[in-house]
Amino acid sequence: MPDLLIELFSEEIPARMQARAASDLKALVTNGLVEAGLTYASAGAFATPRRLTLSVEGLSAESPTTREERKGPRTDAPDQALQGFLRSTGLTRDQLETRDDKKGQFWFARITRPGRPADDIVAELLDHTIRNFPWPKSMRWGAGSLRWVRPLHSILCILSAEDGAQIVPLTVEGITAGDTTRGHRFLSKGAIKVSGFNDYAAKLKKAHVILSPEDRASQIWHDATTMAFAQGLEVVEDKALLAEVAGLVEWPVVLLGEIDAEFLDLPPEVLQTSMREHQKFFSVRNPKTGRIEKFVTVANTETADHGATILAGNQKVLAARLSDAKFFWENDLRTVKEIGLEGMAKPLAEVTFHNKLGSQAERIARIEALAREIAPLVGAKPDLAAEAARIAKADLASEMVYEFPELQGIMGKYYAEAAGHDDGVPQACAEHYSPLGPSDEVPTAPVSVAVALADKIDMLTGFWAIDEKPTGSKDPFALRRAALGVIRLVLSNRLKLNLLSLTEEAMRWAMAAASPARGADPSLRELDDRVAIVHLIDFFHDRLKVYLRDLGIRHDVIDACLYDASADDKAAHAVNLVQVVKRAEALSETLKTDDGENLLQGFKRANNILTQAEEKDGVEYSYGADVKFAETDEERALFAALDAAEAKIAPAMKAEDFAAAMSAMADLRAPLDAFFEAVQINTDNSIIRRNRLNLLSRIRTLCLSVADLTRIEG
Amino acid sequence: MADAPKSFQDIILRLQAYWAAQGCAVLQPYDMEVGAGTFHPATTLRSLGAAPWAAAYVQPSRRPTDGRYGDNPNRLQHYYQYQVIIKPSPPDLQDLYLGSLKAIGIDAARHDIRFVEDDWESPTLGAWGLGWEVWCDGMEVSQFTYFQQVGGHDCAPVSGELTYGLERLAMYVLGVDHVMDMPFNDPGAPIPLRYGDIFRQTEEEYSRWNFDTADTEMLLHHFMDAEAECLRILAHPAEDPKTGRRIVMAHPAYDQCIKASHLFNLLDARGVISVTERQAYIGRVRTLAKLCADAFVQTEAGGWAA
Repeated sequence: MPDLLIELFSEEIPARMQARAASDLKALVTNGLVEAGLTYASAGAFATPRRLTLSVEGLSAESPTTREERKGPRTDAPDQALQGFLRSTGLTRDQLETRDDKKGQFWFARITRPGRPADDIVAELLDHTIRNFPWPKSMRWGAGSLRWVRPLHSILCILSAEDGAQIVPLTVEGITAGDTTRGHRFLSKGAIKVSGFNDYAAKLKKAHVILSPEDRASQIWHDATTMAFAQGLEVVEDKALLAEVAGLVEWPVVLLGEIDAEFLDLPPEVLQTSMREHQKFFSVRNPKTGRIEKFVTVANTETADHGATILAGNQKVLAARLSDAKFFWENDLRTVKEIGLEGMAKPLAEVTFHNKLGSQAERIARIEALAREIAPLVGAKPDLAAEAARIAKADLASEMVYEFPELQGIMGKYYAEAAGHDDGVPQACAEHYSPLGPSDEVPTAPVSVAVALADKIDMLTGFWAIDEKPTGSKDPFALRRAALGVIRLVLSNRLKLNLLSLTEEAMRWAMAAASPARGADPSLRELDDRVAIVHLIDFFHDRLKVYLRDLGIRHDVIDACLYDASADDKAAHAVNLVQVVKRAEALSETLKTDDGENLLQGFKRANNILTQAEEKDGVEYSYGADVKFAETDEERALFAALDAAEAKIAPAMKAEDFAAAMSAMADLRAPLDAFFEAVQINTDNSIIRRNRLNLLSRIRTLCLSVADLTRIEG
Repeated sequence: MADAPKSFQDIILRLQAYWAAQGCAVLQPYDMEVGAGTFHPATTLRSLGAAPWAAAYVQPSRRPTDGRYGDNPNRLQHYYQYQVIIKPSPPDLQDLYLGSLKAIGIDAARHDIRFVEDDWESPTLGAWGLGWEVWCDGMEVSQFTYFQQVGGHDCAPVSGELTYGLERLAMYVLGVDHVMDMPFNDPGAPIPLRYGDIFRQTEEEYSRWNFDTADTEMLLHHFMDAEAECLRILAHPAEDPKTGRRIVMAHPAYDQCIKASHLFNLLDARGVISVTERQAYIGRVRTLAKLCADAFVQTEAGGWAA
C-alpha cells in the first residue's frame, strides 16, 4: 500500500484562499482516485503561503480489473445492429459469443477492463486537477497558458512504499513533477529531496516552514498571549485575523510592539481597526483599564537582531497610520463641537443613497418619521427616537468613517456623546445597524430598537417600491439581512407590532421617494402600494421560516400558523410575528406528543371524508350538528368533548395561550378515535349522515381556529 | 552598512543601475502629466501584443487630490514612481525584485519582506492584473502585478510590472520622517539639497491651484477637446495619403487619452464632479484607452503584420 504525496509550489497564495484551496485539492484528488477504482486509508491537506500539499496514505497500488458482460442484438438482426454493438463494446466479431434464450439466439460480449497502476491514475488525475482547479481568481504568467492563482513553480508528486519513493511521471505545461521542494524563502537555500510525508514535514520544519496552518496559528496565539501576559496584558481575540496572519507566514515570529503615548487616547475601536485593517496587527489590551496599549505583529523571518529592525519599522508605519487617524478624530470632534451632528450630516444631501430612491439625507428624513411612529410601540419617547434617527448616520460624513467604513455607528456614538446627546441617543447611533446577522446581538434599549427597526423597514420598503428584490444568490443591498434584522428585533424584544401597519406608512413614503423613477418606468408604475406590501410581507414570512427552521421548527408547522385559513387577503395573514412564533412553538410541541400526532391523523381523516362528501354532494356541511340525532354513545361523547374543547379553545386563543388551546385540541383525540372506531359516517339514513358530516365540520372549524392543520405534512 | 544609500537620488541611481544590469532598457520619463507610471506608453501600450519588452524608468506622477501644501509628512500631489515592465514575465521575477531591494539597502536578512495579496485594477485604463503589495517591516514598498488585461485586451504573453513609490521607499531606507527633510543629493555635497528645498514651494503652489484656482470651465473644455481629438485621430484610415504608408496613429491618440485622464483628475480635485458623474467620466476615459489599445495592436509594435 503506497502513500501519495503531492505539493504544488507557487508564488504567494492569497491568505484568504489557502484553506479552501487545500480542501479543494483534497476533495478533487481523493474523489478522482476513488472514481478510478483506487482505495485509500486517509488523506490530509495543508497550505502555506507558497504551497498546497496533499498526503494520501494507504493507497492501493493499482485499480482492480473489471469484467462486464453485455447482451447484444439477435444473431439474425440486420448487420447494422451488430456493427453498432461492436462499436459500443470495442470488440471484433470473433470475440463475441452466441447464446440461446427464450427469445432466440443473441450475441454476447465479455468486456474486460484491466486494472491500471496507481501512478498512471495519479498522473492523469493531477494533470486534470491542476488545469481545472477552482480558484476564485486565477491568472496566466509569462508566455504560457496555464492558469493558477499565482505562477506555479514546481510540482512534487511521489508514491512511496517500504522499498523507497518513486516520482509519478507527469508534466504540466513544461513543469515536470519531481521529488524536491524548497524551504523558507529567506531562511533556507536550495532544493530539498523528500521520500514521503513524514520526511517532507520534518525537512520543511528544519528549513523553517511549518506546514500546518493550524500549527502556525496556535504557535502565533501561544507566543502572543504569553508575551502579553508577561507584561500583565491580554491579546484581543480575533479569529479571522489569526487565520489570515497564519496564511501570510511560513515561519511565524511574534513581536510585541509599543504604541506611541500620543495615540493611546483614541477610541479603542479606532486603534483596533487601524491596526487590523492596515497592518494586520493584533491589539493588546490592559485588562484593568480596557485600553489598547500595545500591539502584536507577526514577522515571517528570524533576524540576527531578534526582530529589532523589523519592530522599529512596524512601529514607524503604525505611528504614521495613527497620526492620520488622530488627525481625522480631532477634525471630526472639532466639526461636531462647532456645528453638531446635524451640521456634520449636511453633506449627506449630496450623497446618493440609490439613484431611484434619492439622497441619504432624504432617506434619513424617512427613517426619522418612521422612528417617531414606532417609538411608542417599543416604549421609547418619540422625540428621542426622532433625534437619534436624525443623527445616527451623520458619521457617514465624518473623516474617520470615510477612512474606515467599518467604524460607522461606533464613531456616531462617540461624536454624539461629544456633541452632548444623551438618554440612549448615542447608544442608538452605535446600535441602529444591528443585528447584522443571525447571531449578532440584538439591541434592547427602546431608542435603539425604534431606530434600528425604522432603518431596516425604510430599506426594505424602498427597494420593494422600485422592485429591486433579492433574486437567487443576488442580494446586493443585503435585504435578506435587513428582513431578518426586523424579525429578530421583534422576536427578541417580544414586540406586539403589526407588520402590516408598520410597513404601510413606510411604503407610501418609499413610493413617494421613488416617484421620479416610477414615473420614468412603465413597469414600475404598475406596481402599487398594495402589491408591493403583499410581496414584502411574503418576504418577511420566507425569512421567518428560514430563521425558525434553523431553530428546529418545521416549515409546515410554521405554515400552519402563518396563514390564517379564514383570511382572504394575503397581506392580512399573520402580521404579528411574536404571536406566530408562539403559536408555532406550541404546535411543534403538541405534534411531538402522542395525542397531538393522533389528533392530526383524526383531523385529516375527518377533513378528507368531509371534503369528499362536500364535493360529491355539492354542498357545504356547516350547519350545526345536533346531538339529538346522535345514535351511539361514542357520538354523544364526541359532542360533549367538542363542547368542552370549544369552551376552552376560544378564550385560550384570545388570550394567546396557545399551549392551552393546543392541549384542549389534543384532548379531542380519544373521543375522535372512538367515534371513528364505532361509527360509519356514510350511512343510508340521510339525516343521520348529514348530522355526522356537520359534526365533522365542527371538528374541522375548531381545529382550524387553532392552526391550519391541513398544511401539516405526514 | 558601508554602502547604504545616502540620498533620494542615490536610490534612484541604484535602481537604474540594477535594472540596466538585468537587461532592461532604461527609458526616460514620459513628457506628459500622468497619475502613475503605468500610464507611460512603455507600459500601457507595450504590454499589448506578443513582442518581448523590458523597460525601466522613473515617472513623475501627479495626483492633484493628494496635495497637502507640503505639510503632510508623506502626501504629495507630485511624486515619483519607479516602474519596471518585462514581457513575458520571467520566472524569477520575484527574485529579481528582491535583488533590487538589496541594491538599495533593504537586506532580507534584517527585514521582514512579504508578498500580500493585492489585485490591481485601473478602471480608467480598462486594465487589471493579479499580484501583491510588497511589505517591508509592515510598510508597503512596491506593487507587483502580472498584467492580465489592458485596454480590454487579454495580455498574451503576460507582462510583469513592478511599481515602487520612490519617496516612501526612500524615506524608509534613509530613516527620514518627513518627506521634505529627505536629502535629495548627497548631504556631503557642496550644495546639499533636501527634498523640501526643491518641492515644498511647488507643493504649496499646486495645492492652491489644484484645489481652488484652476478654471474648471476651461478644464472641462480641455477635457472635451482631448476626447474629441483622440476620437478624431483614430477615425483616420490606416493608410497615410501623403506618404502612402500604413501609419496607425495610436500614440498621438493615446496622448490625448492621457490628457483627458489628467484633466479629469484636476476637475475631481476642484470638487466639481459628483459621485454619479465620476463614474461617467471614468467610463469616458476608459473608452478612449480601449480605442487606443485597439489601434496599437494594429501597429507593428503591437504585433500587426501585413
